[in-house]
Amino acid sequence: MAGIRLAVPGTAKKGETVEIKALIQHAMESGFRRGSRGEAIPRDIITQFECTYNGEQVFAADFHPAIAANPILTFYLVADVSGEIEFTWIDQNGQSWSDSKTLTVA
Amino acid sequence: MIEQTDLNRRRFLTVSSGAVMIAALPLAAYADHEDLVRARGELFGDRRIQDGRVTVTLPPIAENGHSVPLSVSVDSPMTPDDYVKRVAIFSPRNPLPNVAQFHFTPRSGKAEVSTRIRMSGTQIIQAVAEMSDGSLWGGGKETVVTLAACVVL
Repeated sequence: MAGIRLAVPGTAKKGETVEIKALIQHAMESGFRRGSRGEAIPRDIITQFECTYNGEQVFAADFHPAIAANPILTFYLVADVSGEIEFTWIDQNGQSWSDSKTLTVA
Repeated sequence: MIEQTDLNRRRFLTVSSGAVMIAALPLAAYADHEDLVRARGELFGDRRIQDGRVTVTLPPIAENGHSVPLSVSVDSPMTPDDYVKRVAIFSPRNPLPNVAQFHFTPRSGKAEVSTRIRMSGTQIIQAVAEMSDGSLWGGGKETVVTLAACVVL
């Protein structure tokens, strides 16, 4: 579970605004569904997302059950200096997944 | 003959003004929604929300309510002195009024975000943006949902 796909440009010019896409495989079980025997399926969702650039927060999101399965986010970042862009997802139980990409600023 | 034209014009005006009233009705209806108003109050208090600067993009018709592409953009220079702090998304018809909250920084460069949401029925999705100066701006977009996610959401 929890496959992460990231789309981050490898290089950028200083001051350029680059587009970032981040997807994580997750059912985002809403807690409103019922199983085949009518039993309630408990909620199991990712509640938080954060993107940091050289340790500083660039963008973050709070999710509720209305976010579709395999949540995808497209957002932007200003390329400043070369460094690590780190992505972290945290679910309702505190479990977290992260991945990172290196951005080279020419 | 002249009378006939006149009558048509009068009838046209009556019908068209009626259509305008009907079109304006949903605006009044969603603002009354208690859950949405409460959820908005929990995040922003009872501060005044001005209309504008926030653009919500949704397809006019969503065939599948399980995954509807949503984009929100806010008109802001995104400089350290003037940027968008956060944008909250609300739904008047889903089981829960809160959809998501997005936090921006001047390093975001652009106050724009896209994701995919669940919609349990035709409704006007609303977005409220809080600027770095504390002002609130709001916008919304209606989507007709043919297969609602509410059946199995």
